[in-house]
Amino acid sequence: MIQIELKLFVTLARYLPSKSEAYDILEGTTINQLINDLGIPNGIVKLIFINGKKQDGNYTIQHKDRVGLFPPVGGG
Amino acid sequence: MAWKNRYDRNFSTISLGEQEILARSHVVVIGLGGLGGGVCEMLARIGVGILTLVDGDRFDITNLNRQIISREDNIGVLKAKAAKERIRKINSSIQVKAFNQFVDETNLHGMIHGADLVVDCLDTIDTRFLVQEIAQKASIPLVSGAIAGVCGQVTVIFPEDAGYELIYGKKTETASRGIETQIGNISYCALFVASLQASECIKVLLKRGDILRNKLMIVDLWRNCFEVMELV
Repeated sequence: MIQIELKLFVTLARYLPSKSEAYDILEGTTINQLINDLGIPNGIVKLIFINGKKQDGNYTIQHKDRVGLFPPVGGG
Repeated sequence: MAWKNRYDRNFSTISLGEQEILARSHVVVIGLGGLGGGVCEMLARIGVGILTLVDGDRFDITNLNRQIISREDNIGVLKAKAAKERIRKINSSIQVKAFNQFVDETNLHGMIHGADLVVDCLDTIDTRFLVQEIAQKASIPLVSGAIAGVCGQVTVIFPEDAGYELIYGKKTETASRGIETQIGNISYCALFVASLQASECIKVLLKRGDILRNKLMIVDLWRNCFEVMELV
């Protein structure tokens, strides 16, 4: 297992697990797998940030990564 | 009213020379709702000399919770007309032009021609792409803000930047509206994000400070979370 810090923004916050600041996942997990494991429906995540930098869903998560997921925001 | 007296409280932060740059600057604010109302108010107060205000919509009762230019006595009034009147009362020294029109590919180029900066305060993602496209063709930088609930985001897009594609994905694969359709918009978040946009406007105009170019500032006020993410 590896540990990550997980932040889910706006409406995604409802999928935030307990212990999100030190969340255990299997080594080799990709962002797309994490999204699926958290029960987030397809197409809701628009932006993925790893350690403050944009990534795509195929990224393999590393130990101690800070993972941020963000839905589409367009209101004015 | 003496010009220097009006801006006296600016001068510990902004030099007289910078104030003169702002006085010569032309900013186009597109969308005059929760974000755009706050942006044009702050740009007028700080002393941006030429403002073009664009919105084809009229105020309705649902705007009163957050849109600073809306009042109970101007429901039904065109937003651009009301914004122009308010700005002229705040700062009669600035030139204000109002377009009571929704932007499209036929009118946008003329609205932004000759401007130093465009501010995107719209509420539809596909129109945001259009504004970026026309602003980039005109070689004008773009300051963008978007809100949903008590969350928001701000970025700055220069003519050669990928811009919205980095945030929303490909235009053809993106829904027109974001999650704000589910969770609405709250007053203090709208004005908070409008303030961040106004701040980016001043930094771009004065070529000063850290500009959110190829970066996205993300704000979540429920969690006091303020992060600057790298888009490239």
